[in-house]
Amino acid sequence: MAGTGTAHLRAPGDALLRVEDLVVEFPAGRSGLKVHAVSGISIDVKEGETLGLVGESGCGKSTTGKAIMQLPPPKSGQVLFEGRDMAKLSGEELRRTRTAMKMIFQDPISSLNPRRKIEDIIAEGLRIWKVGTPEEQQKKIDDMMIAVGLDPVLQRGRRPHQFSGGQCQRISIARAVITEPKLIICDEPVSALDVSVQAQILNLLEEMKTRYGLTLIFIAHDLAVVKNVSDRVVVMYLGKICEVGSPDVIYQQPAHPYTRVLLDAIPIPDPSIRPEARAKVIGEIPSPVAPPSGCRFRTRCPKAQAKCAEVEPQVEEISAGQFVACHFPLAPGETLPTTNGSAPIS
Amino acid sequence: MSRHKRAPAPGTERFSDAPLDGLLLEIEDVKTQFVTPRGLVHAVDGVSFTLERGKTIGIVGESGCGKSVLSRSIMGLLPSNVVRHGSIRFEGHEIGNAASDEMRHFWGTQMAMVFQDPMTSLNPVMRIGNQIMESLRFHFDVTKDYAEETALSLLHSVGIPEAERRLREYPHQLSGGMRQRVMIAIALACGPKLLFADEPTTALDVTVQAQILDLLQEQQRERFMAMVLVTHDLGVVAGRTDDIAVMYAGRIVERAPTRSLFEHTRHPYTEALLKSIPKLSMPSHSKLDAIAGRPPDLVTPPVGCKFAARCPYAQPKCLTDEPPLVDAEIPGHAYRCFFPVGSQAGGDALTRNLAAGETATGLPVRRDGDALLTGVTA
Repeated sequence: MAGTGTAHLRAPGDALLRVEDLVVEFPAGRSGLKVHAVSGISIDVKEGETLGLVGESGCGKSTTGKAIMQLPPPKSGQVLFEGRDMAKLSGEELRRTRTAMKMIFQDPISSLNPRRKIEDIIAEGLRIWKVGTPEEQQKKIDDMMIAVGLDPVLQRGRRPHQFSGGQCQRISIARAVITEPKLIICDEPVSALDVSVQAQILNLLEEMKTRYGLTLIFIAHDLAVVKNVSDRVVVMYLGKICEVGSPDVIYQQPAHPYTRVLLDAIPIPDPSIRPEARAKVIGEIPSPVAPPSGCRFRTRCPKAQAKCAEVEPQVEEISAGQFVACHFPLAPGETLPTTNGSAPIS
Repeated sequence: MSRHKRAPAPGTERFSDAPLDGLLLEIEDVKTQFVTPRGLVHAVDGVSFTLERGKTIGIVGESGCGKSVLSRSIMGLLPSNVVRHGSIRFEGHEIGNAASDEMRHFWGTQMAMVFQDPMTSLNPVMRIGNQIMESLRFHFDVTKDYAEETALSLLHSVGIPEAERRLREYPHQLSGGMRQRVMIAIALACGPKLLFADEPTTALDVTVQAQILDLLQEQQRERFMAMVLVTHDLGVVAGRTDDIAVMYAGRIVERAPTRSLFEHTRHPYTEALLKSIPKLSMPSHSKLDAIAGRPPDLVTPPVGCKFAARCPYAQPKCLTDEPPLVDAEIPGHAYRCFFPVGSQAGGDALTRNLAAGETATGLPVRRDGDALLTGVTA
């Protein structure tokens, strides 16, 4: 899955955000080694679209989201937002551009300042950019609180600890949307929540997207959640792209063995499906300090051959709108051999 | 060299001659209340169930429904500001009122627990091997070498590669999935008859979650251990447990054999939990049937049915009378509802509420395509 390449990108003019060959590396302690967090990812998002980024912890999906915001700037690669290269912007220009790009984080409680009232948390963007008079600001805050399902009269003066996780995530959404951004990067916005609350927040995000004409990048490790919200899904593994396509196609006929494994790992609320009979991936994600040669998924892939260790697969279109980076993609309907998932072999 | 440390507590012999079937755990009307400045929090409010040897039960519910407090009440792992009533019998012995120095002979050998967060539940300054050997050497009269050998074979059996090296490592050197495997090894070390797994995979990735759940199931079968699997995700327990108990506001609202619970769901809360899970078979951008609102405050629980305020089926009766736990047609299936899902009464109640646009509690309810939407949505 060591996919690099840009075959899946669409015409440059169509995209609100276009990321080419993004590389992010971090120093690994004082050893002089590097953590290869993201190694040559290319993605693009059209206006009004939701792009889903999925993969296990450590696949570089959050790092990609942050690198787009230039937090920190990537080592190399281009991030074009509305055709402008983010890396070439001056500090002040970058600050202005960031009002059009917002983030929602995973842990709703720790991403809000515990000492501030929630109306101040939501209003901060407006106050920094001096949008409107104080009365207009207050009206906007109240409208936004109603839009995300909070009661402004009762709750505007409360502090984050007085809210549940789901409500804190609603506050985060209000804070992100109030400056009317174009793009919101949602970094695992529902993975810390109960299933019942998760459904509320997913519905809310869809509503806010329609109402405010937002474009979303939705980062998550649960393919079922991503499928529910996305128009296009990018499956990542260890800093590389595995597969890109529409969620319905990827679900019906995944071409990358890793996508198949991710799909089979989703717990299904149906007792007639024996979980132990589904495809399992062996072991855990290798260290990004010394990623495997060739295809990075080969160490856990049941279909791996000698070629996979030598040549890195490139992203190629295998059917209309479905792109995969694999030397031996799955044929439609092909299943993976089931392994004893509880016993990792390294 | 063998040093005799402590006389084993009654019933904790390594190989007891206890029978291999029959009831292992009987819980009757357990109530656990926390004393807080705001008043008594009724965290567990009259729960009864039984568990046979070698069987598994799933306890499902949202955060704050009392599922973790229930498993801790059974284990006797509660803080001091707690009032507890009811009877907990393990192999016929009453353990509900046992002091913690009696319980420490039970922990590990009779019942053990795997906690949710593998990052914080291991001791960060103790080697993995010593953490596994600790309980072995406490409970059994074994030499250090023997304990080390056992620890090694435990690490092998929970699927940790290079077990010899791992024995000498510290928790921070292991990934989350590996740490959860170590937690399982520690829990299994003294061969408990009952294992509690309290949200064992919530902090893990989906792929690792599947591995850990498979491991728990495999060990449970191999060791003929009973297991209580606590989770908020019905997808996790489907296909992995014999029975499921759904909890809400400190009570069991539906209890059934796993298959029956999914196929003949009776309680609106169970139905709502099932429907709120996004499914791969749904087209993208489908509206999800979210459950409106939050569980009630357990200091002053509502009168009548505790779920009424969030229930699309709610009728005036639900606000005044609390439904008793009644048996369904299928043996072992019981639920607490006046207007159960899939019944004539339930169907009529929902039709009435949809026609009125709101339930008896004033909760707006409407249909949007296939989705049943409750609460205020724009």
